[in-house]
Amino acid sequence: MAAAARPGPEELALLEKLLGLPKGNKYGVQGERKVPVLQTNNGPGLTGLITIAAHLVKQAKKDQLLGSTAEEKAVVQQWLEYRVTQVDGCSGKEDARIILKNLNVHLEDKVYLAGNIFTLADVLMYYGLHHVMMDLTVQEKEKYLNVSRWFNHIQHYPGVRQHLSNVIFIKNRLYTNAH
Amino acid sequence: PPPPWSPALELDSGTVLFSPNAICQFFFLARGEEPTDLTNQWLEWEATELQPAALAALYAQLVHGRKGLEAVEVLGKLLAHIEQNLSRRGTAYLAGDTKSVADSEIGVLRGSISMTLSEACRKAADSVLMPKALLEFKSYLQKQPPPCLAMERATSNEPEEEGSEPTLTEEEITAAVDAWARGVAALPKPWQPQKPVLPVEGMRNVLITSALPYVNNVPHLGNIIGCVLSADTFARYCRLRNWNTLYVCGTDEYGTATETKAVEEGLTPQEICNKYNTIHADIYRWFDISFDYFGRTTTPYQTTIAQDIFQRLLARGFLLQDTVEQLQCEDCQRFLADRFVEGTCPFCSYEEARGDQCDKCGKLINAVELKNPQCKLCRGVPVVKPTQHLFLDLPKLEEQLEPWLEQSWATGDWTANARYITRSWIRDGLKPRCITRDLKWGTPVPLDGFRDKVFYVWFDAPIGYLSITANYTDQWERWWKNPQQVELYNFMAKDNVPFHSVIFPCSLLGADDNYTLVNHLIATEYLNYEDGKFSKSRGVGVFGDMAKDTGIPADIWRFYLLYLRPEGQDSTFSWSDLMLKNNSELLNNLGNFINRAGMFVCKFFGGTVPDMVLTPDDKRLLARVTLELHQYHQLLEKVRIRDALRCILSISRHGNQYIQVNEPWKRIKGDEKDRQRAGTVTGVAVNMASMLAVMLQPYMPSVSLAIQGQLCIPPDCFVLSHNFTCTLPPGHRVGTVSPLFQKLEHDQIEALRKRFGGGQVSGYFGAKQTPPASVTLTAPGDPQLIQELTEEVAKQGNHVRQLKANKAEKAQVDAEVAKLLELKKQLALAEGKSPEVLVPKGKRKK
Repeated sequence: MAAAARPGPEELALLEKLLGLPKGNKYGVQGERKVPVLQTNNGPGLTGLITIAAHLVKQAKKDQLLGSTAEEKAVVQQWLEYRVTQVDGCSGKEDARIILKNLNVHLEDKVYLAGNIFTLADVLMYYGLHHVMMDLTVQEKEKYLNVSRWFNHIQHYPGVRQHLSNVIFIKNRLYTNAH
Repeated sequence: PPPPWSPALELDSGTVLFSPNAICQFFFLARGEEPTDLTNQWLEWEATELQPAALAALYAQLVHGRKGLEAVEVLGKLLAHIEQNLSRRGTAYLAGDTKSVADSEIGVLRGSISMTLSEACRKAADSVLMPKALLEFKSYLQKQPPPCLAMERATSNEPEEEGSEPTLTEEEITAAVDAWARGVAALPKPWQPQKPVLPVEGMRNVLITSALPYVNNVPHLGNIIGCVLSADTFARYCRLRNWNTLYVCGTDEYGTATETKAVEEGLTPQEICNKYNTIHADIYRWFDISFDYFGRTTTPYQTTIAQDIFQRLLARGFLLQDTVEQLQCEDCQRFLADRFVEGTCPFCSYEEARGDQCDKCGKLINAVELKNPQCKLCRGVPVVKPTQHLFLDLPKLEEQLEPWLEQSWATGDWTANARYITRSWIRDGLKPRCITRDLKWGTPVPLDGFRDKVFYVWFDAPIGYLSITANYTDQWERWWKNPQQVELYNFMAKDNVPFHSVIFPCSLLGADDNYTLVNHLIATEYLNYEDGKFSKSRGVGVFGDMAKDTGIPADIWRFYLLYLRPEGQDSTFSWSDLMLKNNSELLNNLGNFINRAGMFVCKFFGGTVPDMVLTPDDKRLLARVTLELHQYHQLLEKVRIRDALRCILSISRHGNQYIQVNEPWKRIKGDEKDRQRAGTVTGVAVNMASMLAVMLQPYMPSVSLAIQGQLCIPPDCFVLSHNFTCTLPPGHRVGTVSPLFQKLEHDQIEALRKRFGGGQVSGYFGAKQTPPASVTLTAPGDPQLIQELTEEVAKQGNHVRQLKANKAEKAQVDAEVAKLLELKKQLALAEGKSPEVLVPKGKRKK
């Protein structure tokens, strides 16, 4: 199989590398949904992908990745939540189709999920959608044009993709009047 | 664009926040309170754990109507989690000593949960506690797909990937072993009712109807699964449970459509009905539908019973008279029923709109609104004339309807869509419904001033259930005027719900003669065909009479249709899926298991079931199978036919694993102990096959019969209990064992797909594509190229397999494999998939 990010500790390791953090965090998983847990020296540790990811971002002193204004922060929070509830809860092609459709509408007038700034939401959404995008045919990629544009952009953002497979988007129009 | 998610908070900047958690966080941020790791953690927990559980609990209670405590069971653990954290930290709030965003969000949800709990305590809450708002909330929930909790996944669409199996308790294992040891004695005696079947005091008496198919349509697969096949499967199940069961159905024959068809074909309406009734009966016979009686509505009993109900309604003041403006053709001397008029659509100006509906824009039309109306028979211009009609006074009957519905919903199993459709009908307000029509082909109205009219089909047709039963037995009233003893199940597709849940019950309640009213209304959603709808006029889809020409046996059709029964949501018939399910589920799973179990008895033990010495592993298997059997019963009792089929398949999966792990074909060659083990495994397996034959009977009657013949299962074992017992004891002789299923080949399926029209091969979204005008053949997405390459890949694949089978030289095989890989790569490119998916790496990572 081509390389894909599995949700949980694996993508947190990708994130650590992207943030330039030293290795050494210990992760476990918990429960049926395999929720990631970060073991910390003090206290009971942190549970949940978003929670740990936000913690890592702050640790790396890259707080801008969580948004700058109250509004941006709320929007980032919202898309992170969408990632763990909708994308991770996605089972089957019908669910995937709905997610792609929703994102396609949202991204119609935006460069990134939170508007004009690159945030943690883009990174985790990219990891979460990677396996979905890998399986799309050209026609489907064209159907969700805005998602495709955004995804292609994020996978070329320095340091994000790492060892994951590059999803190919063909940019020239191959046939006229697709719709 | 408007957000696809609402309700939402729209900020001045135009940003839309649709997540309640994000909205709360925004408010706290705006006040200058930054989130901490701890508040984040609570919010994430709320979104991923608490919310889905709360939604599931609400759904279970409001939509499925589960009792309070059962519904909120899943929440208990989660609330305990909050409790525990609060007490462990010893703080007043979730994330410390001041109120934080986490508290407000979780507080909101808890509010709605405690509402649910209190509701559970008070049964009458529905009518006391904001009934309007609750109803709206309920109908909102009904429109949502049912929430899926990790712990509830068992009954979802694709159970193939089995999660962690439930653990068995010692008690369960002991009980299973006891039941097994009791053998046939553990089973009740199969009960054969007298003919005609009549209710029996002290027994469970089940009356089953499936919606009467309209006579002059040939039913398609969607009609078949929606009504007759679903009802048949359930009726067969009931009989195997020793419930006293009567299943009736028939063709609905009166009405405009038959009259029009008769004119078209130059026959009398009765001749048309005779012709098509035979077609229906033949199709259902081919599908092995086990009606106790399949009748029709054009019988003298229909007239007597319908007129009697009418007279009783009239006498009790439930009928109104009113004048209706209608088109009359003066040349033909008749009022024109909707379908006898054509004209220009008042909405879209389509010139050939029908009197009831425009085929172009699909809008419903009142015939008098048509522009330039024409009589369909003589092309004359009709005139608008007032005419008298009779109406059923539904508003007056509503006060009887509501308490009855409440009662029926509380005690019966109505599918969620049936409840929802009924509720929205009543919410929109009931209006008087016209029950007469200016037609000749129908039940005459026995009232002066209306003698040239007939009853309208929706008043008349459901009475067919009664008259058809009357044609079966003159003691029909023991079924239909006996709600104390009889439980009535109505099967239908969802478009038929209002007639069975509102209008017909109103007629019967108004007629007030102790009628048996529906207890369980089972409505399916729609079955689509390869990304489109079944359509006779466009020749799309498979129709009942064509199914037998496909060469695929009726039981395979039954299996596949029941496997994708649109239970809870629409589903889609697809040829390639049919092939897949036949080859994977029937051939490789079920058929393979039953065949191997039987073959081992024949080959290794001379056709005699060997002695069995159960090990702890075997005992666990018995308990596991018993658990599946219980699940099967639980689902079928709720008429979840599709889900129950999964239990059968999972038993045979357990069986295959059991054989695979124990390898009786190896042990039979071993020492005494090994041979004994082979005997035990074979004996247990063949007994599982024997029980599967019974469980399968409602779904695949012929296959079930074939297994019964091959294994010589005694007729007394053809009964369903809650025990998995040893029905083929040591010493039992089996007959000749042969394969039950045949493989469906790709070419055969492709040919059928072409023959019956429908979707193209590429892309599961079925996107329409325009072929490229100026681009060469290498353009991705070219369907022709994809087709060609697919064929070449298949051809080359066969070639390689043949070489390997003939033990060709390695170099030659490698060269051909390389060619195959190259072709696959080209195919992937043509389909626009990332090619590296298919390139093999040295070591595959799973």
